[in-house]
Amino acid sequence: MGRKLLLEHINVPGINTFQVYKEKGGYRAVEKALKTMSSDDVVEEVKKSGLRGRGGAGFPTGMKWSFLAKPEGVPRYLVCNADESEPGTFKDRYLMTHIPHALIEGMIIGSYALGANTSYIYVRGEMMPQIRILEKAIAEAKAAGYLGKNILGSGYDLEIYVQPGGGAYICGEETALLESLEGKRGNPRIKPPFPAIAGLYGCPTVVNNVESIAATVPIVNEGGEEYAKIGIGRSTGTKLISASGNINQPGVYEIELGLSVEDFIYSDEYCGGIANGKRLKAVVAGGSSVPILPANLILNLANGDKRLMSYESLSEGGFATGTMLGSGGFVVLDEDQCIVRNTWNFSRFYHHESCGQCSPCREGTGWMEKVLHRIEYGHGKMSDIDLLVDVSKKIEGNTICPLGDAAAWPVASAIRHFRDEFEWHVKEPKLALERNYGLAHYADPLKIAEEV
Amino acid sequence: MLRVEEVQSVEFSSALISKFDEIVSRYPEGRSKSALLPILHEVQAVYGWLSSAAMDKVAEYLNIQPIEVYEVATFYTMFFLKPQGKYVLEVCRTGPCCLVGAEKIMDYIGEKLGIKEGEVTADGLFSYRGVECLAACGYAPVLQIGPEYTFYENLTPESVDQLIEGLKNK
Ligand SMILES: Cc1cc2nc3c(=O)[nH]c(=O)nc-3n(C[C@H](O)[C@H](O)[C@H](O)COP(=O)(O)O)c2cc1C
Ligand code: SF4
Ligand code: FES
Repeated sequence: MGRKLLLEHINVPGINTFQVYKEKGGYRAVEKALKTMSSDDVVEEVKKSGLRGRGGAGFPTGMKWSFLAKPEGVPRYLVCNADESEPGTFKDRYLMTHIPHALIEGMIIGSYALGANTSYIYVRGEMMPQIRILEKAIAEAKAAGYLGKNILGSGYDLEIYVQPGGGAYICGEETALLESLEGKRGNPRIKPPFPAIAGLYGCPTVVNNVESIAATVPIVNEGGEEYAKIGIGRSTGTKLISASGNINQPGVYEIELGLSVEDFIYSDEYCGGIANGKRLKAVVAGGSSVPILPANLILNLANGDKRLMSYESLSEGGFATGTMLGSGGFVVLDEDQCIVRNTWNFSRFYHHESCGQCSPCREGTGWMEKVLHRIEYGHGKMSDIDLLVDVSKKIEGNTICPLGDAAAWPVASAIRHFRDEFEWHVKEPKLALERNYGLAHYADPLKIAEEV
Repeated sequence: MLRVEEVQSVEFSSALISKFDEIVSRYPEGRSKSALLPILHEVQAVYGWLSSAAMDKVAEYLNIQPIEVYEVATFYTMFFLKPQGKYVLEVCRTGPCCLVGAEKIMDYIGEKLGIKEGEVTADGLFSYRGVECLAACGYAPVLQIGPEYTFYENLTPESVDQLIEGLKNK
């Protein structure tokens, strides 16, 4: 059993209430921080913990906090990113539903560390039930003296508000989120300036994911150094993984970083193996934006070693043979799934969600969707496959925000690893409408590159 | 048949206005435009959709130009710009859900209700549409129903039947 820092008490009845959360040791970290630590001490502990942003990019949280500008007389903001819309990712919803106080406690710690007196939790609008849950948790914490004026007699004041989004994936991008929180369309801003200098209302702002913020609670409780002992290398601590697709036990799991991918998929403690006795074909390991890998490359590195659930191991081999941990949205495809159809679906998603500001993203995602649709429905040409690669290259790196890359990578990687499946769709259009390509050679043992 | 835009004018109730006031109090002085999205959700929860008369009223309340409200209402997918069925079944149609049968469930709902995506049943009770990943991929197929956005998870044709019958008899 791996250690649980966030979900330890998930099955305790009433853990969603202030009282039970407190009985189980909740709000100790707030007491400790506000009574015995300076705000800089808290930042220092988070730095020592090695915690990396859990929203997708993996940027070290402590470092992000230390970059926040602190001009005299200007308010600073902590904004929690609870927009959770990356396909395959559902951990933040889970945490907020079941242990809302873990987020509220983390928000108090983070706000204190940054010197923010007003903080916002931006929750995607579809999570109305979670918005109500968080509002109730905030009211409970306030009634108990953990929010409001002069918290625990420390002289520190804090109010937390919950803000609903309106249904737009792009608002998960931090500057689009800030635009949305200001009551505007979610168009990402050109950086610089970075939010640390000019964020919400032009003031210094830190945007952090729900899980990153909640992770500061065990970090303050146990100390950054203790936290850093969990995990492997620069992938410290535990991570929530959302597991979905064709597995026996879909759900949210807290893992110690460094667990092997094979154990995660096949052990009964986690996914419990592939559903219906089928075989594994492919995995999208970190949310829809990261490169898809065939079974043989997700289980093993190109050198034959086991691949691990960590930032480094998942990205080992670059995009040639690796992928990314991303947001931890782990989507499993069995042998009956069609890679072309899945890629087309993701392209449709990105085209739908592009905010339209940059032409490579707005137009490119539309082309990719159209071309993939025609391959999937039996009207593709061989040249379409290279056309897709070409379009994806023209989007990548040429846009205001990373949504362009996020749209390009799934297409480029699907063609890189499953090119023969695309070609089969073009060569056998009738057959491809009737049946799937199947597992083919995608789970075959890797040829270790000894001949090279 | 949908009748387009018969709404000439809208008066918000005093209860709704005090809700707006509470929302505005969450932001710093001079930043009341931040209240726009939460207020539009409140308005839609009352009226079922956003008529331009209602949006104009919101603009008046927040002291901003009507275009500032329209550009937001048209950007975000949760806001309805024409009347819908009383219950809008929003089914996730994104990749992970499709791996376990979301497309079949959506087709089934269409057949069962006898309408196409975006239409309203003759009794005015139901609409349905595909939406993007609802952060519930592990419980797929899923759908949600506003204005409270209750989730229905692990859908099967039988559970869809039950849900629809239950709503009809409500
Ligand atoms: C298109 C797009 C969507 C994103 N969606 C989310 C999201 O839903 N939740 C999230 O925490 N971060 C999301 N991010 C990443 C944020 O921009 C930002 O890096 C993150 O919230 C920082 O928090 P962290 O450092 O704690 O991870 C998204 C980024 C992009 C480009
Ligand atoms: S890359 Fe796409 S989503 Fe991002 S700003 Fe440009 S058009 Fe908008
Ligand atoms: S893909 Fe349907 S909820 Fe995520």
